[in-house]
Amino acid sequence: MPTKPEATPTTTGTGPIIDVRDLAVHFGLRGSSLARLFGRDAGTVKAVDGVNLTLARGEVVGLVGESGSGKSTLGRALLGLAPATAGSIVFEGQDLATLSRRRLRDLRRHIQMVFQDPSAALNPAMTVEEAVGDALRVHGMRSAEERRVKVIDALERVGLSPVELFLEKYPRDLSGGQKQRVVMARAIITGPSVLVADEPISMLDMSVRAKILQLMLDLKQDLGLTYVYITHDLASAKYFCDRIAIMYLGRIVEIGATEEIFANPRHPYTKALLRAIPDPDPGRQLPRDLPRGEVPDAAAPPLGCAFHPRCKEATPTCGWESRDLRTLVEAHWTRRSPDEYGAERAVVGDIDHFDKPATSTTLGAQGAPAAREFLDRVRIEAPDDPIWGGIESITDDGSGVRVHFHEGIDPALRRAGGVEVACVLYPETSTEG
Amino acid sequence: MRKVFKALAKPFTETAGLARWMLVIGIVITAVFVICAIFAPLLAPYGFDQTSADGVQFVKREAPSGDHVFGTDRLLFDVLSRTIWGARTAIEVVVLSIVICVFVGVPMGLISGYYGGWLDRILLLIMDALFAFPSFLLAIVFAFLLTNKLPSGGFSGVLAVSLSLSVIYVPQYYRVVRNTTVSAKEATYVEAARAIGASDFVIMRRYLFGNVVQSVPVIGTLNAADAILTLAGLGFLGLGIQSTEAAEWGHDLNRALADAGSGIWWTGLYPGLAIVLLVTGLTLVGEGLNETINPTLRRRRLLPVVMTPREGDR
Repeated sequence: MPTKPEATPTTTGTGPIIDVRDLAVHFGLRGSSLARLFGRDAGTVKAVDGVNLTLARGEVVGLVGESGSGKSTLGRALLGLAPATAGSIVFEGQDLATLSRRRLRDLRRHIQMVFQDPSAALNPAMTVEEAVGDALRVHGMRSAEERRVKVIDALERVGLSPVELFLEKYPRDLSGGQKQRVVMARAIITGPSVLVADEPISMLDMSVRAKILQLMLDLKQDLGLTYVYITHDLASAKYFCDRIAIMYLGRIVEIGATEEIFANPRHPYTKALLRAIPDPDPGRQLPRDLPRGEVPDAAAPPLGCAFHPRCKEATPTCGWESRDLRTLVEAHWTRRSPDEYGAERAVVGDIDHFDKPATSTTLGAQGAPAAREFLDRVRIEAPDDPIWGGIESITDDGSGVRVHFHEGIDPALRRAGGVEVACVLYPETSTEG
Repeated sequence: MRKVFKALAKPFTETAGLARWMLVIGIVITAVFVICAIFAPLLAPYGFDQTSADGVQFVKREAPSGDHVFGTDRLLFDVLSRTIWGARTAIEVVVLSIVICVFVGVPMGLISGYYGGWLDRILLLIMDALFAFPSFLLAIVFAFLLTNKLPSGGFSGVLAVSLSLSVIYVPQYYRVVRNTTVSAKEATYVEAARAIGASDFVIMRRYLFGNVVQSVPVIGTLNAADAILTLAGLGFLGLGIQSTEAAEWGHDLNRALADAGSGIWWTGLYPGLAIVLLVTGLTLVGEGLNETINPTLRRRRLLPVVMTPREGDR
């Protein structure tokens, strides 16, 4: 059992405390009961897919992304709450991914978690004293008096005073901010060195948010904590984090120092996120060209770069495929009259096979010329869509045409200036910055 | 101490109107029977299998009179005494069977709901099978199987009947606890408990238990009413408790059946009345508790606020 390291000064550096290598967390999907009966696999969701992340002692790393980007799963995996499918999480020389459940439980006193919804994170049947003290109890502190002393100390640290007023309270008697303070008291009472904060302020009132963030900074100062701050809110991450990792569909697409990310965003997704930050200045007009569409289905991620279907700057080799063609064709049809739609539908024929990701697909039911003519019409309507660059060639095929796309490149994280980016726009040899 | 008192008074303070009256009446009726059960040796004029007093044998089927307020039956037993002693048997059986149910059903539901998987599937299948079976038939079968298997003694009859009643009711506790556990285990506070390093046992014991047993008291009281009826039914069929072992209303009713034709009403009326009253009382308690504990039915009592008139405000 490694002992808790001495509190280090909050300056960044002195070696990694957690080293995540090629971490993958996949969840098996449950198919229909019939499919399960025949033992057929319904596929897997790659919630975290090949993440490398190094936490230096005393730093604050932000994990930022939309819902479904895998940021929470990555945070949970750091505590061993989500089982790692592959890769390693090395903390104090031990790989969390291979530890037994028992050893993992012991280790959790060193890595703690703060949850998004403080109302849900506390057992409604436990008083504040019981809830906070239970963290000690499960780690073998039997004496109620000893626990009480520690609980009072922890509650004072998180600013719940006079403590006597809170010890006997139930969660339902407390406000959101107070509950979050109790959750934090429970997290720090075992003397952890790493705290994973999963959107700790997003469920709180605006007035309490800054106070809770300040409290977290104070705790970091006093206890020498290292934070993993998970959020979808870049504005608070800018205030709070030393480094930021932008996540998209289970991968880190850009990681670097906060100032560098904000001053010089490189990945198109980062740029889009930064543009989405509301700006209270009415005089400033920012382009609000947010990424189109939604986060794709993580069970069947896009080929190539996962962001390419929503990317403004997509290149021909970003991984265009049949599903993108379907999106394009259907968007085209939403603007047709019912008659036009009927006629075009007959030309195109069945497009359900587009759902199977492929870099080459057939289209058309009434001969190649009609199909080509249809594609031209679509192109005239949306000439700027980057998908046209991704089409390598269109050849005649049976009753229609076969559309060939360029083979996509799945970009890896590469150094680009002061940050690391996973985007084909920033190739390996980049020496800028 | 004050906390316990407050918790016990909660059903009263948080109900209003009909629910409150149901609860009060139910508790009063049940309390009368419980008192009868506890103090049966003091309250009953004779023993439940006593056929003579001071060397004088009782008269067979004597009409109610001074010596025998409720009369005697054909086995020379005093009906009043047997009715009072019957309360003791009934309460014993009901309490025992519910204790067995709670101790078997609740942990089983917790474990099954928490771990899920094949264990959950198998337990669910067994419990559903038991649940689907006609309950009285099941009780008869188990009472028949158990009656001679248990070590003989004064209590074996009560134990056998309690066990066979438990078999009927365990699926209900299991089902309710299992289903609430399945939804409660997804709560963030369970994940939070795991995050502080709690083991599965600790999570079930300290985090889930308190949040999933809330409907158990309601099932308990409602089952108690049902158990009285089943017990009487078993006794009526002559299964379970013999009349020399303990007084049992259902068994007495069986013996009174022959008397009814010849105009002897007292042997059947009093045990029957006792069954009806106790079942009513327990049902009222159960329904009243249900309205208190079940938040979808609960209507909190709103007290009118009377403002004191201001001075010189006429």
